[in-house]
Amino acid sequence: MPADPASRPETTDADALAAARALAERVCAGERSAISQALNAVDDNRESRREARLALLDAVTPSAKGVRIGVTGAPGAGKSTLLDALVSGLRERGRSVGVLAVDPSSQRTGGALLGDRMRLGSSARDAGVFLRSLAARDQLGGLSEVTGPSLDVLTAALDFVFVETVGVGQSEAQVIDVVDTLVFVAQPAAGDLIQFMKAGILEWPDLFFVNKSDLGDVATRAAAELRAGLDLGHRRDPDRVPPVLTGSARDGIGIDALIDGIEEHTAYLAATGLGETRRREGRRARIEHALQVRYGRFGMAKLGSAGDVAALVLADPSASVDRVIDRLSRRIERALTGGPEDDGGA
Amino acid sequence: MSSIDSRPERDRPWMFRTYSGHSSAKASNALYRSNLAKGQTGLSVAFDLPTQTGYDSDHPLSRGEVGKVGVPICHIDDMQVLFDEIPLEKMNTSMTINATAAWLLSLYIATAERQGTDQSALRGTTQNDIIKEYLSRGTFVFPPEASMRLTSEIVSYTVDHVPNWNPMNVCSYHLQEAGATPVQEIAYSMANAISILDVVRAMPEVDDETLSRVFGRISFFLNAGIRFVEEMCKCRAMNQLWEEIGRERYGITNEKMLRLRYGVQVNSLGLTEAQPENNIIRIALEALGVTLSKKARTRSLQLPAWNEALGLPRPWDQQLSLRTQQILAYETDLLEYGDLFDGSHVVEAKTAALLEEARAELQTVLDMGGAVTAVENAYMKQKLVESQTDRLRAIESGEMTVVGVNAYEEAVDSPLVEEGAGSILKVDESAEREQIASLEAFRNRRNAAEAERALKNLEDVIRNGGNIMPPSIEAAKAGVTTGEWSQVLRDVFGEYRAPTGVVAAPVAEVSEDVSQVRKRVDALSETLGRRLKILVGKPGLDGHSNGAEQIAVKARDVGMEVVYDGIRLTPQEIVQSAQDEGVHVIGLSILSGSHGVLVTDVVAQLKDAGMGEIPVVVGGIIPDDDAEKLEAAGVRRVYTPKDFDLTRIMDEIVDVVAESNEG
Repeated sequence: MPADPASRPETTDADALAAARALAERVCAGERSAISQALNAVDDNRESRREARLALLDAVTPSAKGVRIGVTGAPGAGKSTLLDALVSGLRERGRSVGVLAVDPSSQRTGGALLGDRMRLGSSARDAGVFLRSLAARDQLGGLSEVTGPSLDVLTAALDFVFVETVGVGQSEAQVIDVVDTLVFVAQPAAGDLIQFMKAGILEWPDLFFVNKSDLGDVATRAAAELRAGLDLGHRRDPDRVPPVLTGSARDGIGIDALIDGIEEHTAYLAATGLGETRRREGRRARIEHALQVRYGRFGMAKLGSAGDVAALVLADPSASVDRVIDRLSRRIERALTGGPEDDGGA
Repeated sequence: MSSIDSRPERDRPWMFRTYSGHSSAKASNALYRSNLAKGQTGLSVAFDLPTQTGYDSDHPLSRGEVGKVGVPICHIDDMQVLFDEIPLEKMNTSMTINATAAWLLSLYIATAERQGTDQSALRGTTQNDIIKEYLSRGTFVFPPEASMRLTSEIVSYTVDHVPNWNPMNVCSYHLQEAGATPVQEIAYSMANAISILDVVRAMPEVDDETLSRVFGRISFFLNAGIRFVEEMCKCRAMNQLWEEIGRERYGITNEKMLRLRYGVQVNSLGLTEAQPENNIIRIALEALGVTLSKKARTRSLQLPAWNEALGLPRPWDQQLSLRTQQILAYETDLLEYGDLFDGSHVVEAKTAALLEEARAELQTVLDMGGAVTAVENAYMKQKLVESQTDRLRAIESGEMTVVGVNAYEEAVDSPLVEEGAGSILKVDESAEREQIASLEAFRNRRNAAEAERALKNLEDVIRNGGNIMPPSIEAAKAGVTTGEWSQVLRDVFGEYRAPTGVVAAPVAEVSEDVSQVRKRVDALSETLGRRLKILVGKPGLDGHSNGAEQIAVKARDVGMEVVYDGIRLTPQEIVQSAQDEGVHVIGLSILSGSHGVLVTDVVAQLKDAGMGEIPVVVGGIIPDDDAEKLEAAGVRRVYTPKDFDLTRIMDEIVDVVAESNEG
């Protein structure tokens, strides 16, 4: 929300900042209760906590190196079951894993029924898996602004973090902005594949998993259809054809191959520099979206042309996304209220 | 001739049963014999939760649960003690057992053998209905496909070897307890029966003749609610629909096989904690729905006791319920007449209306692939949660009258529940210790090698697709335990966590009260800096999740973020989840009587994890003196069935969180 210039303290509370940095250290060390406290802090929208929150995010961002994986697909395709299998598989390989489950808030009540984490079977009970549920509270129907910062915290502490969404339209598109690798779960014979191809949804995922291979021929054909479609269609990454894997999440088939595929993609992103590019893009999108929500087009225009905005956004890659949002917010507000030029060190 | 002599012949009454069992096989045996001596004509065995969910009494998850809601049966010696001096060739025994039905039936058969009775002479029922477990009762273990296999194998085994046994009770009872409307009760129970019959029909060893016998042996377990006229019409409708399904879907022509056979327990959900003596009347009136119409009369009736909302019934309470049946059967003239309602246009119209709606809803479920699919995609569960939510709102708003609860609350204190009246049965905490000791002794005296062999054989047979019954009977005789048998099946089939049905629950119409609480939640969330977050979950083995689900939905309605963790959680899992999710308050639901042990465990572990300041509230079947103990241990509020106003509860939870965050 827009920070009221009048209420911002001139001096910052040194203790609060020191505490925030100490907390960040514990998070990077993987301490579970610290992760939880940090997530709470990141979700805290009180003005009095703003500086501490930004300091926390500034401190974790450089270490936010864990792999971020989005799992998407139509309802009924078996996402939750697959997620459970992936989490178990990674744990067996000795990795630390977290899951951020994003659920819709009720627009009317502000409340939310979160997670249905029970579906995450045995892996949810494994004390090594960190599971946090988040309500998607964005007024524009998109991913909550807390998603990005929450992932920054989680990936500073854990090797792999999954983002699981309900999979209904808009929030899907914005999952791209916060993850490195997107896995699409398809179910054979549901007829959605054609629809997805037409809607252009298939250009985003980096890996495809055709679930329910126990259905036999139908599954094999679906995989073939997908491969054909991907060959011809426009892809986000034109240099790589995403692999189409098959298996059964329920019966544990094809999971190892999928995990291998994910790790291969991670290595590919690093080797080609595409990973960095995507993260930068993701940052830009998150910052722009946040400013858009707050100030609309009119406010954004105060920052200059689209190119000016992009340059501003990318000017300080080591600052946390929230820090940049904060700085640019102040700039816009000053422009809107005609105040003095003071960008707080941007 | 005197008027008494000129009375027509009376029909034989239905079977009188009382659902019972507690503490130990020995104590339950004594209770059964005493009930039989009082005129009960059949047995209805209640097993404890560990037995129902496949754990031995000394398993960590059994902690606090042993002998509480039923009798613990860990092995054949327990079973033998349970039926000591009860000749099984003469008895009719109904066993409320589902996921582990094959095991308990095997123990029963093995025990009969020890008594010198062949299995072909046995009469009784195994409930064996997994679908309703997924939907409302929560004692399932294995995934749907495996469960269908187990159920159908019990059916195909008994139809040939235990011909007078009812291998399955398709249960609509629990659906009503979960909030189902009469139409839903009919539709979903029929869908359930169809899913099993389809599986059995597809078995190579089942020909038309066998299928006909199987159809004839599928019986139902219904509920009888307080709206007894509608309930009676519901039973008449089910009669018709069952015959229709038999003729049209399965090609059955044998009239005898097409008759709907069912047993009943009357509604327990509507029994109140306030003015509990009113329940005596409710129970008697509910019995009418399933006895008045001869054509749709129940074959066996179980009446709960007046104090079921308070705790476990004592022998005196069960006696009263039994006398109610006996008076209805033997003092009234009900059994002297043919059907009273044939030709009644009122009854026939209502029956036809229910039938039409039920057929449509049944078709909806069949169109999506049948009952199993409707479980996996949460359709039926969501419908039930919706109906229950509607019902609770109707009670809260006063639209639906519940005497003594939302109307006519002004009352003289009931002498039945006075301080010190001892109005419920308390299971002695030592029962668990003694059962564990007895189990250890059994393990020491059995032939370990034989048991090992039998377990290996069991696993081999299952993996090779063989019928579960023969190797299970062998295992029973070889001294295998409940936990060991179940573990083999867990290894082969895996465990299942069913959808909660809660996530898609629609938001309520806003009432003034809800609006007020929402404002308070918003304000408190502002103060806290983030939205008020609550964890709702059920520790231990109790699977009756309806209350917890309604709390979760109401909490969402007033604007809280709810992490609904579901059932069968250990205290560690609850604490871990509370920490990861950063909740402000924890709500625990327990109806099995294990609250003393499990809630204090959660509170202690919260303190150990440095989260002692997170408040805990508890809901369930908790006697007043236990509630005091919980509060002394740090629980901030205790809610029981009398606290039906969920919005009020939410209001208090806001208070609790505000108090905890002061300073």
